[in-house]
Amino acid sequence: MTAREVWSVLIAAALLGLCTLLPVYGSPYWLTMGTTIAMFAVLSTSWALFSGPTHYISLATAAFFGVGTFVTGLGFQSLPFWTLPLIAAGIGAVLAALVGLVTLRLSGVYFVIFTLGLAEMVRQVVTWVQNQTGHRGMYVLTSLTEREIYWMLIGLGTIVYLAGWLIGRSRLGFALRVIGNDETVAKHSGIDTALAKVLLFMVPGAAAAATGAILAPRYIYIEPATAFAPILSFQVVIMALLGGTGRLWGPIAGVIPFTLLWEAITRQAPNQTLLLLGLAFLLIVYVLPGGFVGLWDRLRRRFGGHR
Amino acid sequence: MFILITGLLLGGTYALIAMGLNLQYGVARIMNLANGEMLIAGGFAAFWVYTAGQVSPIAALIVVAPVAFAANWLIYRIMLQPLVTRAKSRGQLETDSILATFGMSFALVGLMTWAFGGGYFNYAYLAQGLELFGSSYGQNRIAAFLIASLIAAALWLWLTYSAAGLRLRAVSVDPRSARLVGIDVRATSAIAFALGGAVTATGGALISMFSTLDASLGVLFTMKALIIVIMGGVGDIRGTIIAALILGIAETAVARLIDPGLTLAAAYLLFLGILLFRPQGLFGKKPT
Repeated sequence: MTAREVWSVLIAAALLGLCTLLPVYGSPYWLTMGTTIAMFAVLSTSWALFSGPTHYISLATAAFFGVGTFVTGLGFQSLPFWTLPLIAAGIGAVLAALVGLVTLRLSGVYFVIFTLGLAEMVRQVVTWVQNQTGHRGMYVLTSLTEREIYWMLIGLGTIVYLAGWLIGRSRLGFALRVIGNDETVAKHSGIDTALAKVLLFMVPGAAAAATGAILAPRYIYIEPATAFAPILSFQVVIMALLGGTGRLWGPIAGVIPFTLLWEAITRQAPNQTLLLLGLAFLLIVYVLPGGFVGLWDRLRRRFGGHR
Repeated sequence: MFILITGLLLGGTYALIAMGLNLQYGVARIMNLANGEMLIAGGFAAFWVYTAGQVSPIAALIVVAPVAFAANWLIYRIMLQPLVTRAKSRGQLETDSILATFGMSFALVGLMTWAFGGGYFNYAYLAQGLELFGSSYGQNRIAAFLIASLIAAALWLWLTYSAAGLRLRAVSVDPRSARLVGIDVRATSAIAFALGGAVTATGGALISMFSTLDASLGVLFTMKALIIVIMGGVGDIRGTIIAALILGIAETAVARLIDPGLTLAAAYLLFLGILLFRPQGLFGKKPT
């Protein structure tokens, strides 16, 4: 490890400690906001781990998340709670592998289209199964408080960051950067591109499902229409891109401002959230192609930083 | 028999919408995910004209189509052409256009909800039944099917036999070679995109005759149109029509026999089969 890396790790650890203590010094309002931010931080960062290097836009987050909440909904009475995120992560990873095997051999458009409707499709199937068996929604009544949910999310976030850091240093990470630059070159240099993409896509799948499992008690009542709300996928994409997918810390730089803005808009004018989402997408394409990270790098280059 | 005919009637309208998307993706190279919103806007226009002025939605097409053409032409020129110009590769253009049209899609839904409210809208036009082979079919469905077929046939003839249609097809095969034989690729792409939008809005007006719509339904139609285009093969009109009819019949069959809530799942099953076995489309050739 170089001195620079040691510093990065130290700063990250200090920030993590600060986040962990939020329930102790923050008001209940900030704890609620913190939980939402932590949730989107996990989802966006894991999303960017896959979509950053490969440039494939995944809209499957809502599907994985919904599956996770249903794992908790079905299992929280018979199993200890800590096993549920693990089971959800396993199911999420398998589901992601299946989706990946079908679509990731083909060009990116097929992947976007397939994931676009995935949440809606799973929702229809789950609703249908529930209708057949006579169940409607489910109550998830646990003794978990919001601060425990928050801490679990922070723990999950730490795992995602560590995973991202390790992948970045591994052969898989290197292979993915080659694929992202030029897939044909990657193929010719002997990289199994489809396999690398499928493996990596399992990371956001598992993380999103685990997030859903952890957050299920917060919703208290779970039904397919809310658990699989497709808007979640788009929020995650927009936050990650707004922050920038070039760096590991990029997405969180988009998550915090966007979550605060979203909450403010929801309170003031709940009908305008979609308009905000649309404008944010346009902003990213036309004004901020690299997100805040890209902007930061450009500013540093212009005003004479190192490198 | 009932399923088959209802499915065909539905598939006819789907074919029209998918042809619109196919023009936009196949010729102008824009993966337009705001396609469904254009459809809903067409439906809104027909609804508004019918309830406010008692003008038949069919007559409204005379206004809806040119307005949609102009709006889409402007969208292409102002918002999408810069993306085409700056894109270094096909992949980058795809990513950019997907994100940009997502933005437009959400912005349009937001604006439409703001202007018309979030509720469902429908109106009764030609709501009587018509006896055919022992079962009754809505006259509005049949009218929509006939008009959709008429427009699709006209479009096909135009693309196959006119000089402008030939230019469009040339750009769809290879934009760079098209430039070499003196085709203005930019202008042709803009026209293809605008035409695609006009066709889609027309399809929306037709669908609103027999179906209940609301501002947020656009994405569902985008999904269906995308699945049809991929199933039929990009740039392949014959494939698009057949794929649309297959989807119409499959959806109707699932809605009738299993559960009306599973129509998208049915479409997905077809999509999955295509992705696994024929990703190049029903009639497409395998890339070498």
